[in-house]
Amino acid sequence: MKIVVAVKRVVDPNIHVRPRADGADVDIVGVKMVINPFDEIAVEEALRLREAGIASEVVAVAVGTTQSQEVLRHTLAMGVDRALLIETETMPQSLATAKLLRVVVEREQPRLILIGKQAIDDDAAEVGQMLAALLNVGQGTFASRLELTSEQVVVTREIEGGQQQVLLPLPAVVTTDLRLNEPRYVKLPNLMMAKKKPIEVLKAADLNVDIAPRLTLLQVAEPAVRAPGIKVSSVQELIIKLREQTKVVS
Amino acid sequence: MTILIIAEHDHHQLKAATRSVITAALVFKEDVHLLVAGQGVEAIAKSAAAVQGVARVLVVDDPAYAHHLPENLAPLVVAIAVDYSAVLAAASSFGKDLLPRVAALLDVAMVSEVTRIVDPNTFVRPLYAGNLNATLQSAERIKLLTVRVSSFEAAIDGGNAAIETLPATADAGLSNWISTEIQPLDRPELATARVVVSGGRALGSAEQFQQVLAPLAARLNAALGATRAAVDAGYAPNDWQVGQTGSVVAPELYIAVGISGAVQHIAGMKESKVIVAINHDPDAPIFQWADYGLVADLFDAVKELEQGLQ
Ligand SMILES: Cc1cc2nc3c(=O)[nH]c(=O)nc-3n(C[C@H](O)[C@H](O)[C@H](O)COP(=O)(O)OP(=O)(O)OC[C@H]3O[C@@H](n4cnc5c(N)ncnc54)[C@H](O)[C@@H]3O)c2cc1C
Ligand SMILES: Nc1ncnc2c1ncn2[C@@H]1O[C@H](COP(=O)(O)O)[C@@H](O)[C@H]1O
Repeated sequence: MKIVVAVKRVVDPNIHVRPRADGADVDIVGVKMVINPFDEIAVEEALRLREAGIASEVVAVAVGTTQSQEVLRHTLAMGVDRALLIETETMPQSLATAKLLRVVVEREQPRLILIGKQAIDDDAAEVGQMLAALLNVGQGTFASRLELTSEQVVVTREIEGGQQQVLLPLPAVVTTDLRLNEPRYVKLPNLMMAKKKPIEVLKAADLNVDIAPRLTLLQVAEPAVRAPGIKVSSVQELIIKLREQTKVVS
Repeated sequence: MTILIIAEHDHHQLKAATRSVITAALVFKEDVHLLVAGQGVEAIAKSAAAVQGVARVLVVDDPAYAHHLPENLAPLVVAIAVDYSAVLAAASSFGKDLLPRVAALLDVAMVSEVTRIVDPNTFVRPLYAGNLNATLQSAERIKLLTVRVSSFEAAIDGGNAAIETLPATADAGLSNWISTEIQPLDRPELATARVVVSGGRALGSAEQFQQVLAPLAARLNAALGATRAAVDAGYAPNDWQVGQTGSVVAPELYIAVGISGAVQHIAGMKESKVIVAINHDPDAPIFQWADYGLVADLFDAVKELEQGLQ
């Protein structure tokens, strides 16, 4: 069984991004970039399924500029069999990304498509569900556990207040949540070896997909800062303040 | 034109989240219709019709919608949405599951986690764990939005909307529900609680998490929340996680106990009205966000606080 995993190149979660001086976009020039953490979890899950003998091949796909090859190298170092870049001039919006991923899925014919729950730059959580719709297949979003057989996947989903289990016939799209697994550590020799592996590149422009942006970004701004607070010196002082400042403490 | 809201319910009651979406929708200054889909949802439809601001309730009652499966709901919403200028849902696990699927079927872009509706075409949403706000304009023929519940007040009762029954679409046959396990709580639900008491890694174990925080939460009628570190360590269930990749809350009072204040956590609670932080490290970043910071050992301080509030 083949698994396709979608991986996005994003700003390192430890970096505090700021708006550009003109406020027209996010300033990410020269900033450290990494594989989206949720996508690393998706890759890890696919590799474990291959190691368990359930899957036979894992293909990683990134959409983006040529620099997205870096995150594909990372997935090769983790152990994916093949890596594929759909090269674009700029990072496309969610719907366009889903349409481009669909082209790859239709070509590769995987039985399972693993997508991150959300990209930690746009925090959208849209692409997996959009892709499932375009493919007309079932979706198991926010998965904390999955059980795959040759015909179906049972997905445990994280929802408010608890969890839900759904059964999806294959092919299906699953989006991965934090608790699914802990990704393996990539060893330096593997990273060196991954540098030599080929990455297939498809030009988005050749795929006959409408990827024009649908939303116009008018402004990027930092949120209003909270007024500075105070340190209280004792629990007693805290209680007095709370009784003054909020109705919820009596 | 009219606004369509996808109501969220658990077959017992209309979720408070939907009430916030109704408030958000009023900004469009158009009629608001509420779609209630499910199995045996007559009572839900009635309570939806009683919410202020709702002009009409559309009811679709069919076993295909009994478990809110997006594969079945999306074609239904698509069929109805053609007559509307916008479709809104809460940015909950339900709304986030469903609306992107609808968007792709309609071939329109959507805007997720909207925190402000500037005008019918312009929306504000957070990026990068809330470090930035983006203002986006959409020229799509139908605007599809999920709305951040904590950014809008809940609409109250006082309406009297007409109820109309619509036909169901077929079961898509793409998914099967197996089970739903909701932990019964004797506390308010996290997303809409007026007080939230959250614990971090410092609580040390699941037992201590309960022993230390539950009495305070009970005293304040608060929901319990947690950091990712606390959840990953097994001190608290997954759905208690507050933050960029968990729940976003904005209660009247948020008490952060033994939490360092990583941006990913701050993203989920910084809109709270009053923030209290208890941490023994005076330099912990959480203090930059706290209205009231107490530098103390949490194990002593929380107990004293709970007893002092008696
Ligand atoms: C992609 C991604 C997504 C993430 N999403 C989230 C998210 O949604 N929510 C979230 O919370 N995190 C999230 N995180 C994790 C986040 O970066 C932090 O690691 C996490 O919030 C830290 O949790 P903590 O504050 O409990 O632990 P720590 O950072 O370890 O802090 C513990 C604090 O407790 C204090 N302390 C210790 N002992 C005591 C004591 N006896 N009394 C008083 N104080 C004490 C310490 O001084 C310290 O400040 C995410 C990370 C990534 C990479
Ligand atoms: N440019 C991209 N290339 C590959 N995968 C992507 C891309 N953008 C989003 N994805 C996938 O879709 C998931 C959700 O992204 P988003 O909907 O943007 O939050 C990510 O975790 C990735 O798995």
